[in-house]
Amino acid sequence: MDDTATATQKYPPGKHPSLPPPGLSTGALLWIKENLFGSVTNAVLTVLAAWLLWVTIPPLLQWAFLDAAFTGESRKDCQAQSPGACWAFIQNRFELFVYGFYPAAERWRPNLAAVLLIVALLPVLWDNVPHRARLLFFTCAYPFIAGWLLIGGLGLKPVTTDQFGGFLLTLVIGVTGISFSLPIGVLLALGRQSKMPVLRTLSIAFIEFIRGVPLITLLFVASAMLSYFLPPGTDFNLLVRVLIMVTLFASGYMAEVVRGGLQAIPKGQYEAAQSMGLGYWKMMRLVVLPQALKISIPGIVNTFISLYKDTTLVIIIGLLDPLGIGKASLADAKWQGLSTEVYIFVAVFFFISCFGMSRYALYLERKLDTGYRR
Amino acid sequence: MGSTAKATKSSNDSIIQIIEMHKWYGQFHVLKNINLAVKRKERIVVCGPSGSGKSTMIRCINRLEEHQQGQIIVDGIELTDDLKNIDAIRREVGMVFQHFNLFPHLTVLENCTLGPIWVRQTPKKEAEEIAMNYLARVKIPEQAQKFPGQLSGGQQQRVAIARSLCMNPKIMLFDEPTSALDPEMIKEVLDVMIELAGTGMTMLVVTHEMGFAKTVADRVIFMDGGEIIEQNEPHAFFGNPQNDRTKLFLSQILAH
Repeated sequence: MDDTATATQKYPPGKHPSLPPPGLSTGALLWIKENLFGSVTNAVLTVLAAWLLWVTIPPLLQWAFLDAAFTGESRKDCQAQSPGACWAFIQNRFELFVYGFYPAAERWRPNLAAVLLIVALLPVLWDNVPHRARLLFFTCAYPFIAGWLLIGGLGLKPVTTDQFGGFLLTLVIGVTGISFSLPIGVLLALGRQSKMPVLRTLSIAFIEFIRGVPLITLLFVASAMLSYFLPPGTDFNLLVRVLIMVTLFASGYMAEVVRGGLQAIPKGQYEAAQSMGLGYWKMMRLVVLPQALKISIPGIVNTFISLYKDTTLVIIIGLLDPLGIGKASLADAKWQGLSTEVYIFVAVFFFISCFGMSRYALYLERKLDTGYRR
Repeated sequence: MGSTAKATKSSNDSIIQIIEMHKWYGQFHVLKNINLAVKRKERIVVCGPSGSGKSTMIRCINRLEEHQQGQIIVDGIELTDDLKNIDAIRREVGMVFQHFNLFPHLTVLENCTLGPIWVRQTPKKEAEEIAMNYLARVKIPEQAQKFPGQLSGGQQQRVAIARSLCMNPKIMLFDEPTSALDPEMIKEVLDVMIELAGTGMTMLVVTHEMGFAKTVADRVIFMDGGEIIEQNEPHAFFGNPQNDRTKLFLSQILAH
C-alpha cells in the first residue's frame, strides 16, 4: 500500500528517488498463469506439449530402464528376463565399442592416452589452471606422446592402425581434426584476405574445392585413389590419409567461419594497431584474431561438432568406428535384431560429447564478453 | 641511405616535411600539392570543411594512407614502400582517432602496455609502470583494470591518448579527437591535450574546436578541396583571414 502511494507522490525537482517498477510480484502460480496459459493459443500449446511428453517419455523410460535387461549372454537371455531394452548386448560388447580390435593386453595405452588428453586439454580450456605455462608445453608435446602410446615402437609393442576401432577411433580422428583444422582454417582465412594475388587465389581455390566436394568423396580418394598418385611401394597408412582428409575438409569450412569473424572487426582496430608500429603478424595475433575468433566461437564450435559427427562416415571405407562395430556386432546370430539398443548407445555417446562442446562454447563466450558493443 | 641523409640535411629543424605531395582515391584527386614543414615542438591545428582532405593529410604522415606523388619526410626518414621505414616512423608517431579505437578485448592497462611490450620490447613490469604513470597524467589511473567497454567516451579517449604516449612518440597526430564525444566530455579530453601541449610535444590536431586552436596552436592551417588554402598564427588567422574561403568557413563556424 505504501509503495503504490509513493509512485504518485510529489517530489521537488531533482529529488525524485528511484522506485521499484510496479507489478513485479512473483510466484510460481503467477509465472504459470502468465507463461503457460497467457492466451488461448498458449494454453492449447501447453496442453498439447504436456500430452506429447506424457505419451512418449513414460514408455521410453519403461523400455530403457524399468523393463530393461542388463545381464545375459544372448538375446534369448534378455527376452527371458523382461520385455524391454537388452543392454546386456552393449555390456557384452562394451570393450569392442571402446577399443575396437586393439590388443587386450595393450589397452592400458589408449587409457593412458585418454587421461593425458584430459591433462593436455586443461590449460587450453581454462586459464586459471595452476602451472598453466608448463602444462601448455605438455599440450604441444601431447600429439607425439599419444601417437607413440597408440602406435607403439620405441620399447612399446607395435599396434597397427587397422586394429583401432570404436570410440578410440572416433577420438583419434575427432581430436586430430579439431586441433589441426582451427590453425589451418585461420591461415586459409588470412590467405584469402591477403593482398598477394597468388596466395589469395590459392586459398580461395582450396576453400572452394573443399566446400564443393562431399567428405565421402574425399574419403574414397583417400582410401582408393591416393595410392595411384604415390610412388609404387610406398605404404601410406590409411588412417593417416583419413586424418589428413578430415582435417583439410574441416579447415575449408573453418576458414569461412573465421573470415566471417575477421570481417566483423572494424578498420579502426587495424589502424590503431598499425599506428603503434605493430607488424602484420603481431597485429593479427594480439589485436585482430582474439576478437575475430571470439565472434566466431558459435561457428567454430558448429564446425567442430559436425566434424566430430562426420567421423562416423569412415565406416564406408572399412574403418570400424562405433557404428561399424555396432553393425558388425549385429551380424552375430546370438544378438540379432538389437539395432535400436546399439544406435541409442552410440547416439548417447555422441550427444554427450557434442553437448559438452556446446556448453563449453557458451561458457567461453560469457567469459570473453568484455561488455563492448559496436 | 643517400636519400635519407639528404633528407635530414634539408629538413633543418623540421621534424615533418611534406613536399609537393599529391594523393588520389581512384580518379578522385583528394590531396593537391601539399607543402608543409612542421618544426619540433610545434603545435598545429588543421581545420576545414568535411571532405577537405585534412584527415587524409595527417593519415599520410604515418602511412595509414599512401600518397602517390611527392615526398613525406618524418624525423629524417622518408616514407616509401619500404616497410622498415614505415615501421620506424610509426614507432615515433602516435595517433589518436575520432572513434578511440581502443582494443575492446584488453583491459585499459593492457591497451597501454601492448605497444611498448611488443614493439619496443620493454619488460612487462617496466611497461606497466610507464602506463600507470601516463594513466595518472590523463587522470584515470583507477580505471586501469577495467575494459574499454566499461568507460565513458571521454574516458576512452583519454586512455587512447595515454596509450599513444606510452610509446614515447616524438609526434602526436589527433584526428578529430573530440568529434565523437558528448558535449560534456569534450572538455576533459581537451584539458589533457592542453596539458600535453605544455610539455613540448609536437602536435598536429585536426579539430573543429576553435577555442583549442586559439589557446594552444602555434599555427592554424585551413584546408579546402584538398589544398592548404591559408595558414597563419592563430591571432592573425582568426582576426584577419586573407582568403575568401577561409572567411566564409570562419563566419560559418564562429557564427553561434
